[in-house]
Amino acid sequence: MSLITVKNLSVGYEGKAVEEDISFEVGKGDYLCIVGENGSGKSTLMKTLLNLVESISGEILFGDGLKKNEIGYLPQQTQVQRDFPASVTEIVMSGFQARCGWRPFYTKEEKQEALAHMERLAILPLKDRCYRELSGGQQQRVLLARALCATQKLILLDEPVSGLDPKVTIEMYELIRELNKSGTTVIMITHDIEAALRYASHILHFGNRIFFGTREEYMESDEGSFFLQRMEVRKNG
Amino acid sequence: MDKLAEYLQIPFVQHALIAGVLIALCSSLLGVTLVLKRFSFIGDGLSHVAFGIMAIAAVLRLSNDMLLVMPLTILCAVLLLRTGQNTKIKGDAAIAMISVGALAFGYLLMNIFSTSGNLSGDVCSTLFGSTSILTISKKEVLVCIILSIVVVVSFILFYNKIFAVTFDEGFARASGVKAGLYNLIIAVITAVIIVLAMNLVGSLLISALIIFPALSAMRLFKSFKSVTICSAVLSLICALVGILISILTGTPVGSTIVATDAAGFLICWIVGEGLGAKK
Ligand SMILES: Nc1ncnc2c1ncn2[C@@H]1O[C@H](COP(=O)(O)OP(=O)(O)OP(=O)(O)O)[C@@H](O)[C@H]1O
Ligand SMILES: [Mg+2]
Repeated sequence: MSLITVKNLSVGYEGKAVEEDISFEVGKGDYLCIVGENGSGKSTLMKTLLNLVESISGEILFGDGLKKNEIGYLPQQTQVQRDFPASVTEIVMSGFQARCGWRPFYTKEEKQEALAHMERLAILPLKDRCYRELSGGQQQRVLLARALCATQKLILLDEPVSGLDPKVTIEMYELIRELNKSGTTVIMITHDIEAALRYASHILHFGNRIFFGTREEYMESDEGSFFLQRMEVRKNG
Repeated sequence: MDKLAEYLQIPFVQHALIAGVLIALCSSLLGVTLVLKRFSFIGDGLSHVAFGIMAIAAVLRLSNDMLLVMPLTILCAVLLLRTGQNTKIKGDAAIAMISVGALAFGYLLMNIFSTSGNLSGDVCSTLFGSTSILTISKKEVLVCIILSIVVVVSFILFYNKIFAVTFDEGFARASGVKAGLYNLIIAVITAVIIVLAMNLVGSLLISALIIFPALSAMRLFKSFKSVTICSAVLSLICALVGILISILTGTPVGSTIVATDAAGFLICWIVGEGLGAKK
């Protein structure tokens, strides 16, 4: 069975649909990219999957023994108040909260694990720094480390590279690719169709109609070939 | 100094110090969270509500008004939190309405049904705490100690969870944390603290006791843990100094403590600026 099965889902706010009749499946180890224009409802869909926004109609089924608290999330914007005092370690550790249940404190193993994630994302030297004094790219990596602490099974990333410079953007994509290779299922929202075509195994496109399929199917579809042509034109012209 | 040592021998001064320090400690703990979650208005609203309920208790001539004030204030805390979350602007207005309404209603009740000859004195002491802390009984000190222990222990047990929902409620919710429940716990602890602190500084000045130490600590420290510890220590020191000053000079306890807290903030602000400039 798939990890997530979505059937005829309508998402929106207060009963008003933003996007209707969405259907797709995510299997274990997949890398799904969600693309589409601003305001087409990508973030709304992600929040609905996370149960932060109520769905209007349709079904979301979690399979393969996936539990509610086994989803990591990197929000599009984190409204952290300007003067919030929080160190990098404190934020990364807070990712474990989901698996804590009623347990009040973190275990030694969890601390080790958090350090390992920080090491992997190259933010270990920043561990005692104040979050709000980091650059956008560093902050993004801290939040990714927190998402990894929450789970290694499935992570949902909402525009993880927005505001990052080209070099860090590529690093971030490579990181996510590595995660995916090591078995983490990834669902990522992005405006970067080139990256989507390079990294994703499946693509969900919100446009005049909703497209869902593998990367190869996408390249052959109307939506995909439109972008492919434009990319060709840019390269040749 | 001799005078001070002499005062410290007196039981009621000792009681006042114990109660004052404990209350200050408790109220500073949640300060950081309340300030950062933009919940400080709840503290303010609640204290006015507690004032109204106290007026009712006075009219009913309850010998132990704690029994009425505590549950009702907790109930209001939960309700205020609910409205504050659902719809932002309306929630704000609702809280303003409830808190001002409770204040007016409480004063009205006291005015109509008051039996004591010194009405404005009574009102003043509920609003500003006056010197009631110095007349605190042994039993009240005991209640104070027990409640403080409950507050401190629950704060420590829920510390990591409180951090998670304060820093990023959306993420906490998304990863399966019962954010609603922890918000509820925060509201209940806040209500308990406010009822406790009513005795010390009165209902108008409670917010100061909650907010000042947190704001001061945030000038100096940059991690949640250090800010929390610093604000607790600051609040303790300010309460101690404030109570001693008020005993020695005869100034009202509540306002003296708050003035000390304000002075503490000023010092922290200057030190913070100085440290920032050096970097
Ligand atoms: N909290 C909200 N309440 C009501 N409507 C909302 C809310 N958040 C977003 N919307 C509306 O829902 C629509 C979809 O928003 P959404 O954030 O899902 O878009 P998006 O596809 O993620 O866009 P972007 O690429 O800009 O991130 C928009 O028209 C937006 O105005
Ligand atoms: Mg979005």
